[in-house]
Amino acid sequence: MSESLNPNLQPEIVRNESGEHIVLSTDNLEPLHTPVVNAPIIQVRLLMKTYRTGEVDVHALNGIDLDVPRGQFLAIVGTSGSGKSTLFNILGGLAPPTSGTVKINGRDLAMMNSTERTDLRKRTVGFVFQKYNLLPTLTARQNIQIVRDIAGRPLDFDDQFKEVLEMLGIARRMDHKPRALSGGEQQRVAIARAIVNGPAILLADEPTGNLDTKNSDIVLTLLRDLNKRLGQTILMITHNPEAAAYADRTIQMRDGKIVG
Amino acid sequence: MRPGRTPKVTPGHRPSSRGNGILKLLVNKLIFANLLHRPLRTFLSVLAIGVEVTMILTLVGVSHGTLDATSRRARGVGNDVLIRPPGSIALSLTSAGMSEKLLVKLKDEVPHVTIATGSVVQSLGGLDTLTGVDFTAMNAMAKFKFLAGGPFQQDQDILIDEHYAKQKKLHVGNHLKLVNQDWTVRGVYEEGKLAHILCKVDVLQNLTGNPGKLSQIYLKADNPANAQAIVDKAKELLPGYPIYTMEEFTSLLTASSVGLLDQFVGVVIGVAAIVGFIVVFMAMYTAILERTREIGILKSCGAGPSYILNMLFRETFVIALIGIVFGILLTYGTQWLMQHAVPASLVQETVYYWWPITAAIAIAGAALGTVVPAIKAVRQDATEALSYE
Ligand SMILES: Nc1ncnc2c1ncn2[C@@H]1O[C@H](COP(=O)(O)OP(=O)(O)OP(=O)(O)O)[C@@H](O)[C@H]1O
Ligand SMILES: [Mg+2]
Repeated sequence: MSESLNPNLQPEIVRNESGEHIVLSTDNLEPLHTPVVNAPIIQVRLLMKTYRTGEVDVHALNGIDLDVPRGQFLAIVGTSGSGKSTLFNILGGLAPPTSGTVKINGRDLAMMNSTERTDLRKRTVGFVFQKYNLLPTLTARQNIQIVRDIAGRPLDFDDQFKEVLEMLGIARRMDHKPRALSGGEQQRVAIARAIVNGPAILLADEPTGNLDTKNSDIVLTLLRDLNKRLGQTILMITHNPEAAAYADRTIQMRDGKIVG
Repeated sequence: MRPGRTPKVTPGHRPSSRGNGILKLLVNKLIFANLLHRPLRTFLSVLAIGVEVTMILTLVGVSHGTLDATSRRARGVGNDVLIRPPGSIALSLTSAGMSEKLLVKLKDEVPHVTIATGSVVQSLGGLDTLTGVDFTAMNAMAKFKFLAGGPFQQDQDILIDEHYAKQKKLHVGNHLKLVNQDWTVRGVYEEGKLAHILCKVDVLQNLTGNPGKLSQIYLKADNPANAQAIVDKAKELLPGYPIYTMEEFTSLLTASSVGLLDQFVGVVIGVAAIVGFIVVFMAMYTAILERTREIGILKSCGAGPSYILNMLFRETFVIALIGIVFGILLTYGTQWLMQHAVPASLVQETVYYWWPITAAIAIAGAALGTVVPAIKAVRQDATEALSYE
């Protein structure tokens, strides 16, 4: 745990009386991984993705150029079908691009074999989905532990991660199955799962799409805190301008292109 | 590390070797959760593998048991040399083909022979037989121990062994009909001698229209070491007759029947393994179709092919293991049935060394049935699985 959540990082956490709100000192943050001389952690060039369904070609991505600096909280907005989820799947190595290059941490995805792409998801990229996607037969704790298991790491949570669970407000819900949790709680478990292996990048695909305003606020605050506190690079897809306002920067997609 | 900052103690952090046990437990939890999620499917898979195991073990048990009992009974006669009619083979139920006069000839002309007696064997259908004996001569050799009653008193008397008595719930004085003839049970003797049912030799000879004919001749030697000498001399006197020392005969009995049974056992094992394979294949195939999303989630969390294969094969392994235990228990059930419900000559033994063999067959079949579904699971597109409800 400590080697990935950066032992140099010792954030101060102050809770208010209700134990919910957190004030963080962010003055001494360091990036999660040794930077490649300030190169962007994500570098996308001329990325195309074409789906062939029957006779018709769907150009889901139509020449994307994107640089995401380390530690940035980036919001991606855009109409339905503009290719946002497709971009995420490619960034996480879940789907191959049709053409163009994607570099994560300076490494070209096209040069990786499938084991290395799997390792990318184990250690470097974490996913959060709109539908939470927790395993329904496991408890919240087991849902998180199985990701540690997949990465071949010890299952016990260390103190630092326990603090993260406190911060997420789910420390006391760990032994419940997903169906016994509210949507907001499920999404916070999903976030905990996505960061338990300390990935440098968090890809959140409409993380608040199924949540009411109150829970959305909690989740968005958390994402911003993770970003500020742990230096996590976060890419978040959203339809909601208010959600996008939490981010450092917002880009807009239309028809497989970035339009601003 | 910056000066003035003490590193945090992380008591939760353990070396990964420590975590191994929990790790296995966790994956097992997911596996059990999956198995319990569809209890009927799991139960049917376990049942199929159980039946597969029972089929194999029962067949092996019956063939071993029946064979052992047969050779035990053959040895229980106490003779040293056996003579059969020309042209007969070891296991066949023989036609009465030898003259009674041979008994005197053998006793007089072959050295070392102390007793010479014969029997007639009549099939009762199935594996049961009625055996006609000269009780006085046979008893001198086999030394029957009566548990109830005693030797023949009348022509229509039969003697039965304990095994047959128990099976048919017969007692001394009971009547029964065999070969269209009414018989009275006169005695019950300790099993392991010659046959299950005995009657007087001349009665059976007349009944079957073979007066003066025998189907087997038993010779007792003054010393078992002389058995081979007797065989050599008897072969001189009776060219063309199959003549064996008892040692030869029992090994022949075992070898020829084992050869026959091996093929049969092989066929049944094949059928059983295919049934197990198909059921596991279907179960895992539907399980994986159902779990498309779950597998996609695991992939998005960094699970590679080996993790997914490992999980699925463990699941199969758990099903197979429970199925094997279930099958072994079921085999004790069939054993009970054999003892209480089917003809006397079928004896089912518990053949322990076949447990691991059968388990290996069941596990191999189940593993084979998992290969194709597992490959499908590994190949399937995680992004599609995650994007649809
Ligand atoms: N597996 C696929 N096969 C064929 N076409 C696909 C596939 N996945 C996505 N598409 C198409 O690619 C285009 C982009 O889809 P994508 O899911 O990336 O959009 P999106 O921006 O995430 O939309 P939404 O906001 O509705 O989630 C759409 O036209 C979609 O129909
Ligand atoms: Mg989408």
